[in-house]
Amino acid sequence: MATAEASSGSTKKLQVRRYKPEERAEKNYLNAEKGIWSWLTTLDHKRIGLLYLAGISLFFAVGGILALLVRMELWTPGPTLGFLTADGYNQLFTLHGAIMIFLFLVPSVPAVLGNFVMPIQIGAKDVAFPRLNLMSWYLYMAGALGTIYVIIAGGIDTGWTFYTPYSSSTGGAVTAMTFGVFIIGFSSILTGVNFITTIHKMRAPGLTWGKLPLFCWGLYATSIIQILATPVLAITLLLVGMERILGIGIFDPALGGDPVLYQHFFWFYSHPAVYIMIVPGFGIVSEVVSTFSKKTVFGYWAIALSSLAIAFIGFLVWGHHMFTSGQASLASTVFSFLTFLVGIPTGIKMFNWLATMHKGSIALKTPLLYVLGFFFLFLIGGLTGIVLATIALDIHLHDTYYVVAHFHFVMVGGMVMALLAGLHYWWPKMFGKMYNETLAKIAAGLILLGFNVTFLPQFVMGAQGMPRRYYNYLEQFTYYHQVSTVGAFILGAGFLLVLGYLVHSLFRGKKAGANPWGSRAMEWQIASPAPPHNFEHTPVVIHGPYDYHRPMEDFQLGLIQSENGHSEHQGAEIASDTDEVKAEE
Amino acid sequence: MDLFKDLLLPPAKSTIANSHDQLFEFVHMSSLILTIGILAAIIYFIIKYRRKSENEVTPVITHNNALEITWSVIPLVLVLFIFGWGFQIFLNMTSPPDDAYEIQVTAQKWLWRFQYENGASTTGELHVPVDRPVRLVMSSNDVIHSFFVPDFRVKQDVVPGRYTSAWFNATETGESTIFCTEYCGTDHSNMTGSVIVHNEQDFETWLAENAGGASKPSDLAPAEWGEQLVKQNACNTCHSIDGTEMVGPSWQGKFGSEEPLADGSTVTVDENYLRESILQPGAQLVEGYDNVMPPYQGQLSDEQINAIIEYIKTLK
Repeated sequence: MATAEASSGSTKKLQVRRYKPEERAEKNYLNAEKGIWSWLTTLDHKRIGLLYLAGISLFFAVGGILALLVRMELWTPGPTLGFLTADGYNQLFTLHGAIMIFLFLVPSVPAVLGNFVMPIQIGAKDVAFPRLNLMSWYLYMAGALGTIYVIIAGGIDTGWTFYTPYSSSTGGAVTAMTFGVFIIGFSSILTGVNFITTIHKMRAPGLTWGKLPLFCWGLYATSIIQILATPVLAITLLLVGMERILGIGIFDPALGGDPVLYQHFFWFYSHPAVYIMIVPGFGIVSEVVSTFSKKTVFGYWAIALSSLAIAFIGFLVWGHHMFTSGQASLASTVFSFLTFLVGIPTGIKMFNWLATMHKGSIALKTPLLYVLGFFFLFLIGGLTGIVLATIALDIHLHDTYYVVAHFHFVMVGGMVMALLAGLHYWWPKMFGKMYNETLAKIAAGLILLGFNVTFLPQFVMGAQGMPRRYYNYLEQFTYYHQVSTVGAFILGAGFLLVLGYLVHSLFRGKKAGANPWGSRAMEWQIASPAPPHNFEHTPVVIHGPYDYHRPMEDFQLGLIQSENGHSEHQGAEIASDTDEVKAEE
Repeated sequence: MDLFKDLLLPPAKSTIANSHDQLFEFVHMSSLILTIGILAAIIYFIIKYRRKSENEVTPVITHNNALEITWSVIPLVLVLFIFGWGFQIFLNMTSPPDDAYEIQVTAQKWLWRFQYENGASTTGELHVPVDRPVRLVMSSNDVIHSFFVPDFRVKQDVVPGRYTSAWFNATETGESTIFCTEYCGTDHSNMTGSVIVHNEQDFETWLAENAGGASKPSDLAPAEWGEQLVKQNACNTCHSIDGTEMVGPSWQGKFGSEEPLADGSTVTVDENYLRESILQPGAQLVEGYDNVMPPYQGQLSDEQINAIIEYIKTLK
């Protein structure tokens, strides 16, 4: 209780008692209401999280199939698949990139796991604005389907970066496309606003910033980026519209505009977007490492604040995508310098996670297995990022397969591994079922193997000069392309297996208890699957979520309820099993 | 020692390439050492601290400021060192010597065109002297392209509406590939070319021979020379000779045939039609094809056009 007393001078006594969680809830958020309509109109953050999970899984599957088609086409130089022309191929990789980035990577962790877990982790019944939360899902789906329609109907073949003036030559489709992406962006702004408000205003009594779970810190940093960076996309859209409709030269050199300016605008949003994708993943890693090492997180503040540092510096590095664009040498130099700096907080996180495992009690369960995969792949992704931040080296490697491999190591190796870790970690809380641990480990192995076979050869051919977005290529790269294609199918098989056993577990899985991992965090102190309103009581927090040296009972406290249902803040009666706690006002 | 250089990089054929490769090796080698260290730590931890019973108690270690500072400052010093080194090479890359030999480069969908001081011009093939700095002044006629020669470690975007430049000093004679590395549409992946590095004397000879358009080498028949010109001018990027559908009509069996035109009429493919289609491609467009071919007016001499037509005649 020393932590609670030390928090501030303005403390006040709360009467609390222990609430031992039920293992299983007969009435839970899944069966509280029935029917499709109850899902489509739900305001429950947990159900909205699952709606996002459905949308995101669908788009990930589509993007994945497109990736396999791309890899098959590259089996030989020149045309390989009979039905696929150069133009068809160009549309294929555009669609793959746009779907994976805007429809899958950007929303996935915050919208699925953030929505599901964060309110429970801070002891709230829901997010601050439940209706806004549902609306952001509808915006996401509308924007997503609209974007896919525009890309296919408009035959957009610009790559997901839509560089002008090439993209200007494809008719009006790019304006419509940017609009679709902006609607998705708007949904991400709303989620950001919602999360920031929720984390500020709805934390349970006693849950100070210093006890906030690191996953919430990650989401908090992410939300700040979402709110600040996404409007730039709207500005870009407005400028593109002005150029198209009013004929004001902004990006089009034919009108006296500057095509490189477009790249600045684009990356001013899209680079921070990279951190929108990865920072919440860092949060998952922190949770999983601590739980499966059964040990206090090492360097809590270092991990929490480094997320904010990454969010901040991440805004100042967009120009590193443009070293060969013809931007001023001085600008390139400054951007290179700042990019190196962003590597430092990322390194700090890595070392703190390792230190957390040191002297821990490590159980090698599936979520931790994915986190170890994350360490390995993200390390390679990060270090090749250092290579690419070095201007002189980037000149040679820019727009080659080296870059393709690098960002797949960061995005798939980092983000997707973290997402899978989180999904396996919180699956029992979501559905009250356990998946088959053996199959899960086999799948994790397949994914790790397939991923490396796919993308390691791409570093080699990229450094040797193989440019990206090539339908045809020189004979000498054939071997690397073929190994890469084989790897993509192993990777695909791994994901199919994951889908298989997860769906199987829903129907036939062993029932999971409230806290199958023995975690101290708040979401594990309620029944599985979670009850409709998360808590039957107002939870009270006296210890941090990683204080494994405290007994479990210390994490199961709630305010004593008076007869009329209101919390009794200054009750005179003290039940025999209550504890006296000082919590921050 | 040069593990990564040998495994990953193409041969180094310019002065910049050598200094680039040293840095490339250093950064990758340091990364490898760090990766092995961290992986070793992970493996050691998961074996040594494997959970033996569910009741295990772990020590409470919340933080250690000395450690945090150590693993922030050491990487910081290392990356600043790498930054400085990379910056120095970058300065070299962007500062061509004053006496560099200048060549004008024009990019357009989907070919490279090079113009030399004496009026010589080539398409797809860049001729340069060895051991002499060459500066390229580049611009684009349509969208953004990017000039990339892996052997030289040189890359620069070519942007419409402005000039960009790149320079290199080739260290050995021979041929290297040019790629376009900024996505530019249908034939992006075929927008390749080659740099041909001559020794000083051969370069002067080549330059003199090609001043104001080349004449036929005496040892070649017109059709053979035509075949060469087709490659040099990147015609084969869009026109196949075996009937394969590409951006433009295939030349197989084209001579003497009746072609339907976009305006509904037909035309017999003869010498005059071919000549007109080379100089003003949009004048009589074949049905089903877009008007995307750049005009070759002023790019090819009459003698060269004749040779190309002779070559097309041979494609039955």
